[in-house]
Amino acid sequence: MPRLNMVEAINLTLREEMERDDRIVVLGEDVGREGGVFRVTDGLQAKFGDQRVVDTPLAETGIVGTAMGMALYGLRPIAEIQFDGFLYPCLDQITNHIGRIRNRSRGRFTCPLVIRVPYGGGIHAPEHHSESPEAILAHTPGIKVVIPSTPSEAKGLLLSSIRDPDPVIFLEPKRIYRAIREEVEEGDYTIPLGKARLVQEGRDVTVIAWGAMVREVLNAAGELKGDKVDMEIIDLRTISPMDVDAIIASVRKTGRAVVVHEAPKTCGLGAEIIAVINEKAFLSLQAPIERVTGFDIPMPLLKSEHYYLPNPKRIVMAVKKVMSF
Amino acid sequence: MGLFDDYHPLKGKMFQMLKPDGTLYSEMEAPLNDQETLQLYQRMVFIRLADQKALMLQRQGRMGTYAPVWGQEACQVGSAYLLQKGDWVFPAFRELAVSLMMGIPLKTIYLYWMGNEEGSRAPEGMNVMPVSIPVGTHPLHAVGVAWAAKIRGDKIVTIAYFGDGATSKGDFHEAMNLAGVFKTPSIFFCQNNQFAISVPRKIQTASETIAQKAMAYGMDGIQVDGNDLFAVHTATKEAVDKARSGGGATLIEGVTYRFGPHTTADDPTKYRTDEEIERWKPLDPLVRLRLYLKGKGLWSDEVEKQMTEEAQKEIDQVVKEAEAVPVPEVEDIFKYVYAEMTPQLKEQMEYLKSTL
Repeated sequence: MPRLNMVEAINLTLREEMERDDRIVVLGEDVGREGGVFRVTDGLQAKFGDQRVVDTPLAETGIVGTAMGMALYGLRPIAEIQFDGFLYPCLDQITNHIGRIRNRSRGRFTCPLVIRVPYGGGIHAPEHHSESPEAILAHTPGIKVVIPSTPSEAKGLLLSSIRDPDPVIFLEPKRIYRAIREEVEEGDYTIPLGKARLVQEGRDVTVIAWGAMVREVLNAAGELKGDKVDMEIIDLRTISPMDVDAIIASVRKTGRAVVVHEAPKTCGLGAEIIAVINEKAFLSLQAPIERVTGFDIPMPLLKSEHYYLPNPKRIVMAVKKVMSF
Repeated sequence: MGLFDDYHPLKGKMFQMLKPDGTLYSEMEAPLNDQETLQLYQRMVFIRLADQKALMLQRQGRMGTYAPVWGQEACQVGSAYLLQKGDWVFPAFRELAVSLMMGIPLKTIYLYWMGNEEGSRAPEGMNVMPVSIPVGTHPLHAVGVAWAAKIRGDKIVTIAYFGDGATSKGDFHEAMNLAGVFKTPSIFFCQNNQFAISVPRKIQTASETIAQKAMAYGMDGIQVDGNDLFAVHTATKEAVDKARSGGGATLIEGVTYRFGPHTTADDPTKYRTDEEIERWKPLDPLVRLRLYLKGKGLWSDEVEKQMTEEAQKEIDQVVKEAEAVPVPEVEDIFKYVYAEMTPQLKEQMEYLKSTL
C-alpha cells in the first residue's frame, strides 16, 4: 500500500473511480490545467481530457447548478468549490434544488453528485478561506455531509460519496491536507456513510470530533497520558446523517462527553450532539457535557487565528473539567 | 442570412408573422398547416379553460395559490410543440400550457397546486421537471442537462422557461455564460409578460430588450411577438434545430402580457390600469389565431362552441378525479428525502405516527 497524504489520497480516489466509471465529470475553477489550487485534481485533465475534467468560468452557483443538471441526466459530477467561503452563494441551489429534487418529484428525479470543498482554518489563508459551514449544511434536508480526518479515511469516504445515490457535500479539512501521511488502500476501498469511527477506546470520557479536530483531540490525549484519563475518541466522519447510535453507546459507557468543533459555538453541531445525548443517555451522565469550539465571530485573520481555533490545551481543560465534576 | 441575423437584437426589430387582425405580414408564410394550426388552437382553448378553472378552484378554497398562464398561451404552445421525447423541459411556475403540451396529465398539474407532491412526479419517460419557484434558479439545471447530453453525444435539447424578472438574477447570467462558453444545446425562453408581480419590465433592466442580453454571452438572441403563435413557433424551431445540430444556445424573448394576476394571492389593480389591459386585449394570442382560422374558413361560432364544451367536460372530470385523490400518507413526507430513510427520519416518522 502506498503511503499518501490526504491530497494524494483524494487524487488517487478520483483517478481510480474515473477509470472505472465513465459517468464521472470533475468540474470547478482551476481543476484542469492547474490541477486545483491544492493540486487535488493534479494530472486528471491530462489523463481524462477536458470534457471530463473541466475548467469552468468563475461562478460557484453555476458550477453547482449545472452539476445538478448533469446528475439529473445520469452523469456523476464531482464539483469542486475552491474554498469554503465561496460555498455560500451555492446554498440557494443546494437547499432549494439539490437537496429537494428527489422528494419534490417523489423519487422521479434524483441528483447524485459530490461537491468537494476544502474547508476550515489553520493554514494562515486570506479572509473567507477558513470557514466551517458544516452545521448550515447538516441543517439542510436531502443532502449528506461527510468530513474525513485522515488520508485513508478520505479514500474510503470519498469513494462511498461518489457512489451514493444522494447528493454529498464532502468537506476536506485543508489544514491536514499534507500533515498526515499513512498507508492508503488502493482500489475498491469504501467506508459506509453514516457510521462513526472509534479512533481510540476508553472508559472515562467520550470526546467527539471530526475533520482536522480529530488530530487535535489525539494530541490532547497525548498530553493527558500522565493524568490517567482513559479517553474514548469518536470521529463522526458523516455529519449528516449522524451516527447517533455510536455516540449514545459510548456515552452510556463513559458517562462523560466533550464535543470539539471548529465552527462557531451557537447552534453548532455540538448543540445537536448534546441534545441527542440528553434525549437518549441522560441518566448515564455523570457530568455536564462540555463544548470546545470556535466562537460566534467572523473567522479572524491569520494573526488572530490561533485565538479562534480549538487546540489541545483547551481540549485538555474541558476534559479535566468534566472529569472533576 | 438566417432568421437570427435578420432579427439580430441590436437591429431593434421584433419578429412577427401574424398581424393582430389575423392576416399574415407580407412575405410571411404560415409555418404550420391548417390541420396543425386548428389543433394547436384547440389546445389553447383547452388550456385557457383549464387555467380559468384553476383560478376558480382557488377562489372557492379548493386549490392553493395558483399562477395563471392567461395571455401567454402562444409563447408556451408554440415552443413546446416542437420538443421531442428525450428533450428536457424546465418550467418556472406559470407553465401550465408547456406541461400540458409535453403530455403531463392535467390531473397531475392540478394535484400540485392542490398541495400534493404527487403533482411534481412526471410520468416515466417525460423529462419535464417540477415547477421551479425560486425565480431564475432553474436555467442552470437546463444548461447542466444540455451539457451532459453534449458530453454523451446525445442529440437532445433543453429548454428553460422564465419571466422578465428572472433576467435580473445572477443565476440566469451564470447559466447564459456557461451555455455560451460550452455551446450547450439549450434554449432560454423568456416570457416577457411586462411584470414581475408588480414591478414593470423597465425597472428590471436598462437594456432596451431582453433579447439583446444574448449578445454579451456570445449566443444568438431574438425578440418575438409572444402572442403570435407562428412567430414563436418559427423562432423556436430555428433555435431547436440549431441546438440539435451542435450550434449552441439561443435566448428567445417572447413579448407577451399577463392578463391575470401574478398569482391568486396578488391584486394587480394596485399596479396597472384598466386602460393598459384594454390596450393588450386585441393582442390576445387566442383572438389572433381565431381570426386567422376564420379567414381560412376553419373557424366558426359552432366550432368554438364544440371545442369549449368538449374541453369543459374533460376539465370537470379531471377536477373530480383530482379532488378524489386522498391526502398523502404520513410515510410519503419522509420516504423520498433520501434513497434510503435515515435513522433520524425513521425515528421522527414513528414519533409523528404516535401523535396522530
